[in-house]
Amino acid sequence: MSAKTNFEIPLEPERYELRAGAPYRFDLDRRDFFKFLGAGIVVVSVLKPAMVAQESGGGRRRGESLPKEINAWLHIGEDGKVTVYTGKAEVGQNIRTSLTQAVSEELHVPISKIELVMGDTQLTPFDMGTFGSRTTPTMNLQLRRVAAAARDTLIGLAAAQWKVDAQRLVAADGKITDPHGNRSVEYAALTKGQQLTETLPAEDPLIPAADWKIAGQSTSKVDGRDFVTGRHRYPSDQKIPDMLYGKVLRPAAFGASLVSLDAQKAEQMGATVVHDGDFVGVAAPSSKLAQSALDAIHAEWKAEPQPSNKELFDYLRKNTTEGHDVTGDGDSYDVGSIDKALSSADHKVTSTYTVSYIAHVPLEPRAALAKWDGDQLTVWTGTQRPFGVRGQLAEAFHIPEDHVRVLMPDTGSAYGGKHTGETAIEAARLAKAAKRPVKLVWTREEEFTWAYFRPAGVIDVTAGVRNDGVITAWEMHNYNSGSAGIRTYYDVPNQRIVFHPVNSPLRQGSYRALAATANHFARESHMDELAHAVKMDSLEFRLKNMKNERLRAVFQAAAKQFGWGKSKSGGQGFGMGGGYEKLGNIATFAEVHVDAKSGEVKVVRVVSAFECGAIVNPDNLRNQIEGSNVQGLGGALFEAIEFEDGKILNGRLSQYRVPRFSDLPKLETVLVDRKDIPSVGAGECPMVGLAPAIANAIFDATGTRLRSLPMVPNGLKTS
Amino acid sequence: MATIQLAINGKSYSVEADAQTSLLTVLREHLDLTGSKYGCGEGQCGACTVLIDGKSQRSCITRVGTVLGKQITTIEGLATGEQLHPVQQAFLDEGAMQCAYCTSGMIMSAVALLKKNPSPNEGEIVDFMDGNICRCGTYSRIIAAIQKAAKMQRPTMAKGASR
Repeated sequence: MSAKTNFEIPLEPERYELRAGAPYRFDLDRRDFFKFLGAGIVVVSVLKPAMVAQESGGGRRRGESLPKEINAWLHIGEDGKVTVYTGKAEVGQNIRTSLTQAVSEELHVPISKIELVMGDTQLTPFDMGTFGSRTTPTMNLQLRRVAAAARDTLIGLAAAQWKVDAQRLVAADGKITDPHGNRSVEYAALTKGQQLTETLPAEDPLIPAADWKIAGQSTSKVDGRDFVTGRHRYPSDQKIPDMLYGKVLRPAAFGASLVSLDAQKAEQMGATVVHDGDFVGVAAPSSKLAQSALDAIHAEWKAEPQPSNKELFDYLRKNTTEGHDVTGDGDSYDVGSIDKALSSADHKVTSTYTVSYIAHVPLEPRAALAKWDGDQLTVWTGTQRPFGVRGQLAEAFHIPEDHVRVLMPDTGSAYGGKHTGETAIEAARLAKAAKRPVKLVWTREEEFTWAYFRPAGVIDVTAGVRNDGVITAWEMHNYNSGSAGIRTYYDVPNQRIVFHPVNSPLRQGSYRALAATANHFARESHMDELAHAVKMDSLEFRLKNMKNERLRAVFQAAAKQFGWGKSKSGGQGFGMGGGYEKLGNIATFAEVHVDAKSGEVKVVRVVSAFECGAIVNPDNLRNQIEGSNVQGLGGALFEAIEFEDGKILNGRLSQYRVPRFSDLPKLETVLVDRKDIPSVGAGECPMVGLAPAIANAIFDATGTRLRSLPMVPNGLKTS
Repeated sequence: MATIQLAINGKSYSVEADAQTSLLTVLREHLDLTGSKYGCGEGQCGACTVLIDGKSQRSCITRVGTVLGKQITTIEGLATGEQLHPVQQAFLDEGAMQCAYCTSGMIMSAVALLKKNPSPNEGEIVDFMDGNICRCGTYSRIIAAIQKAAKMQRPTMAKGASR
């Protein structure tokens, strides 16, 4: 292996993962399926209904071969146990629970009888990854369909057994009941000896959200007990016999190349030392010995001068890569005649907003345990893209993908930060050399330095508004931060919106809500600047320029809960921000208190109203919204990565401040349940309203407009 | 290397380790008690919190040589058989977790807090718990869980009188 591939991972443009990877195709024989799962009933769901329709003449089918583009399957064993297989990954967003609810609802089986096998590249169908708030709108729906088809299959089996019309049978609580014949049969009795497969898409109507009994209810984490007892094994907790502990020697700076290396002492200590290109690592029977061996290695690196956070925003403006950008779509948006509209506006307001690089800081750092059996590789690792990591491993070691199995035990969070497989590759490289399994857990400093960051960015906004409060022109340029959420949801006839990709000085990638946080910060701050220019109330001004009913509804609901328009006392300020992202609608209102003497800014109260269609699990939804607002506080107020010459200067938790208990505002959440609209995700959208709400509240309290995130890393300068 | 005797969760363990090794490493690596988590290695996040003679301590910055002869309690030792400790139960009831990687440390800190102060108010909870990070941001639920556990732990005769 050329170890260079480890470090030559290209800079990740935003949403890089959506363009990554060739689709994997399953080709399973029906008999193999049952050999592997045991007898019973299997229902599989396919990615492309149209393809199946072509192959089978439409609708559902039964047959010997299974379609190739399976994306989920469900098995009911001879014991009645339900096992659902999905490539989605659990990283704390509680989809293991919400997907179980969906299956329970349609299949009429108690939650306790359902097990989800997730994110195991050998057992579960291909999945591109768990990101973009797509699990609920896609996988939840697929699994409901699969469960509904399984239920109908069982009803059919019972009807045949009793020789009655299936229409009169009812499924409930793991049984099929014949209300007229006064008899019932357990699912287990029906699946006994069967080898039945059903392939979706089915036309079975799903249970409407208004009639949900299990979905739509708050259900606590299905395996919550394993977590409060410490029994759950995260990736970093994995242990197998004969396992060694690995450590990797990190370059002195980003992009540094190795000039000389002396690893003799480390080898004498009994550690396995790997030196392969610029990759240097050790493996030893204990982590302590591995660390001592690493410390005993003498290495010289050659590094080039690199930009620092001090000149970052100038650098971003000057280093655009336009013309050779590969992202293609959504980068430039032009309607009406922007230049004319701006020159004829009653008021024209121009501002520049910036956001810093921030780190995900998942509390569990990246970890991987790798084991080779000949040229077969098994890796347990924390990632949102088990199949993507499998591909990276296959590429790094020049082996076919089917020689690699990646398992993803439910992981200690990710927030978009665990899309890549460097830890897995490093552990596998060490294991290959040591000829024993190797576990590698990144230190917090490594996690801060060698993962990737939320992109920094510069956003210029110029907008024109009429005296009566109608926005006539909107021009927005985003440098580097990204194009997610860049389009305005206000009704403006003349717009120019451009994303300018930049050659980023730091490795960057996805972060919860992507650039929607930055773009909403700029847009919603600027909305307040415009409202101020025409002396209108912020809420009234927004509603005047917004037609979207769903968005209006959340702004109105949050305003009502917040008590918008109430009088304020000294130091107090109120503000709002919100928008539309990942198919959800959010409005967040914040109350801040600014200490006139110290300049300390305290976010006192946050009210969010959120609408994501039919709610699947209200309590977990609240949890996600609260969590988004708490995590969002960090990026809004004080989180920023400091760097210079390819080094991270504050890559420790003692140096990089994240929100703590004492930062917690009073959180209030209004859930707008739209049972008539399909459910969508909620892990990201709720985050985007907070930063502008705080910025607008600080302006309300002090008259000072803060246009850079983080806004007050050292308090508000009151000079 | 030396043979070190440790009293963990009411059991006695004999471990071959350097006295300078962190207690967290000994728990996780030598004894496979992986409920205590690594989060930062500098006592900043609280994920590794254990009880030493009933007081919460960060095991990542505690050298194993300093806890000889002391009673160590980890998350694995909190429940009695299948009966969860009230703080564990309250965390479940209040849904006070997302990824739950911080949960062991949160629960151990909360147990220590309630030992010291059986009826903490919100401010006292925030002060005591401020060294524990929940990156998923479930702080308000953790506060509610601690308040609930405090209620559950109060002797039954105090019921009614305390409200």
